[in-house]
Amino acid sequence: MAATDAPRIVIEPRSAYAVRARELWSYRELFYFLIWRDIKVRYKQTALGASWAVLQPLMLMVVFTLFIGQLHGVGPEHIPYPVFTLAALVPWTYFSNALAGAANSVVGNSQLVSKIYFPRLLIPTAAACAYLIDLIVSFVVLLVVMAAYQFTPSSHIVLAPFFVAYVIAVAVGIGLFLAALNVRYRDVRYAVPFLIQFWLFASPVAYQFKVVGSQYRLIFALNPMVVGIEGFRSSVTGVGGAPASVLVVSACSALVMVAVGFYYFRRVERSFADII
Amino acid sequence: MSAAIEVTGLGKRYVLGNTSGGYSRLTEDISDGVARLFHRRAGERVEKTKAEIWALRDVDLEVAEGDVVGIVGRNGAGKSTFLKIMSRITDPTEGRAVINGRVSSLLEVGTGFHQELTGRENVFLNGAILGMRKREIDAKFDDIVEFAEVARFIDTPVKRYSSGMAVRLAFAVAAHLEPEILIIDEVLAVGDIAFQRKCIGKMSEVARSGRTVLFVSHNTGAVSELCTRAVLLEAGKVLLDGPVETVLDTYGRLLGERGHEAVFDVDPALPAAIRSVSLVDSSGQAATTFDLRDEVVMTVRYRVREPLAGLQTSVTLARNMVDVFTSFDTDDLDEIPIREPGEYEATLRLPGMFLKAGSYLARITLGTPEQLLHDAPGAVSFELEELTMNTHHRGYRRERAGIVIGPGTWRTERIGERV
Repeated sequence: MAATDAPRIVIEPRSAYAVRARELWSYRELFYFLIWRDIKVRYKQTALGASWAVLQPLMLMVVFTLFIGQLHGVGPEHIPYPVFTLAALVPWTYFSNALAGAANSVVGNSQLVSKIYFPRLLIPTAAACAYLIDLIVSFVVLLVVMAAYQFTPSSHIVLAPFFVAYVIAVAVGIGLFLAALNVRYRDVRYAVPFLIQFWLFASPVAYQFKVVGSQYRLIFALNPMVVGIEGFRSSVTGVGGAPASVLVVSACSALVMVAVGFYYFRRVERSFADII
Repeated sequence: MSAAIEVTGLGKRYVLGNTSGGYSRLTEDISDGVARLFHRRAGERVEKTKAEIWALRDVDLEVAEGDVVGIVGRNGAGKSTFLKIMSRITDPTEGRAVINGRVSSLLEVGTGFHQELTGRENVFLNGAILGMRKREIDAKFDDIVEFAEVARFIDTPVKRYSSGMAVRLAFAVAAHLEPEILIIDEVLAVGDIAFQRKCIGKMSEVARSGRTVLFVSHNTGAVSELCTRAVLLEAGKVLLDGPVETVLDTYGRLLGERGHEAVFDVDPALPAAIRSVSLVDSSGQAATTFDLRDEVVMTVRYRVREPLAGLQTSVTLARNMVDVFTSFDTDDLDEIPIREPGEYEATLRLPGMFLKAGSYLARITLGTPEQLLHDAPGAVSFELEELTMNTHHRGYRRERAGIVIGPGTWRTERIGERV
């Protein structure tokens, strides 16, 4: 109980740039617990539980195959369309769930935020990470569908985790921004589903990159999810599409968005407890 | 002796704008922003008239290891802001506080409890939220469950718990934190009497084991019981810091000195007018904060210039904008008398154990059935507080619906053994 080995806490006005990495590390157990809680509660509250992880991408795959896949040239020829679109829906479904989860996380945990101190970054990050379990389940579904179509996975599949990490980073980065914005403007809660819907069609999920008109390609490339989706899909199926220049723009856009999201969150988090 | 807590020049400023009441609407802020943009272009900077409030300013405090310090002060004195800063929920605007040791704040027990999770799961989650390591929770798990007396239901979802059980479990987790520094805010209002005893016992144990405690409470009884030293906050500053008795004495006087009397300029043209309204407690001391059990004595002085038939003065008491009652000084008389010229004093005694804790506002009128001569809405206000007892398990605690302490007595018997 000697004060010498006890932590020394300094409370003073904070800067938005300073990242307290050591502090974050010391809260890692809470981070695991928050993820664990989110998963546990979600499965206890939903009747279908884990089936949602399977149903969401699978139903979209069916819809896309029936209505969009029939269009000529919408997908590449040397890959069954269902496999093509499902390989994109797996990271996309994760992204959309994680983004929505992160965006509502701080407001949803207002009781915690207004009563207890811990690094606020943990809340949206844990909310986004809690959907990884769904991603794993839907990834298995993808492998099953590929097997059903007798489509052999690419050897580049070992790179898939890298792109998953990329998608997590994008979801967390933008989720941080939305979560912080949501504390101040509750409109965000209603804007997010619309944003996600719009975003799905702006991403190469149901169609290949070639379909995008050349005059729109630059704007298209600003979507950070282009890298996440194209990267994941080509590492699993070996079918790529977008040229390197587009991928570079997309990745840079992701970097900017994540940095802005992170900065904005850090700047606003100090007033969470006063507003929430 | 080393200092457990060192606070220097601590201050917290709140900006009261249209957003101060909580979240705002995006469209409003955008239109504000656009308006500002245009005004700026026109060369005139629009200074938004934002009111600033220093909820806390220039607070210096040193707490030695093992001190048990009570923090008292009126509503709005800065107590909760101070606690929020010390527990790092909100950042200070200026100044600095250094805390040597692990802090746990019991600002609200049960924070992070999730209804869907079982008692066991909540113990682990709540423990982690309060800053315990998993190993530590594993080791203390049995003690926690035993302390909370919920062993049978530990694998039942908390939503099936009675509120008492949930609170006991939550407090048990918090009580087993064993931090070097404990910040407590009114947690004594938890559970039934027996459990409260246990909690106070646990807290004294914490205090005796050499831990540093900051205890914030309205309950001056509990402060004097647990603390060796007290700090009185007033208007965001430390007004007094010293031995408990001295500080509580000053605090008591402070509570009584504000707004216990309203004095009116008398219009000489009026046939009758109110001179003053004042509040005293049963011992005749001027007061604005009363104990639930104490009488509230309201005195209306008025002057009559000419004989007036049916002159009455009335008191209408309201709590949260809802009228509780209206009472006339002639209510107890069979006949409404004629008031001859002179000075009058009408006294209304409100019994203790009648109104629930809360803020009350009194409207005083003077008039005849034909004419309202003097109307003084909100002339005086007072607070009823649970100053000498704990009301958690009682029907008249503040959070329950209703304004008055329910009259009548209950008796429950088992009238048959068969079902």
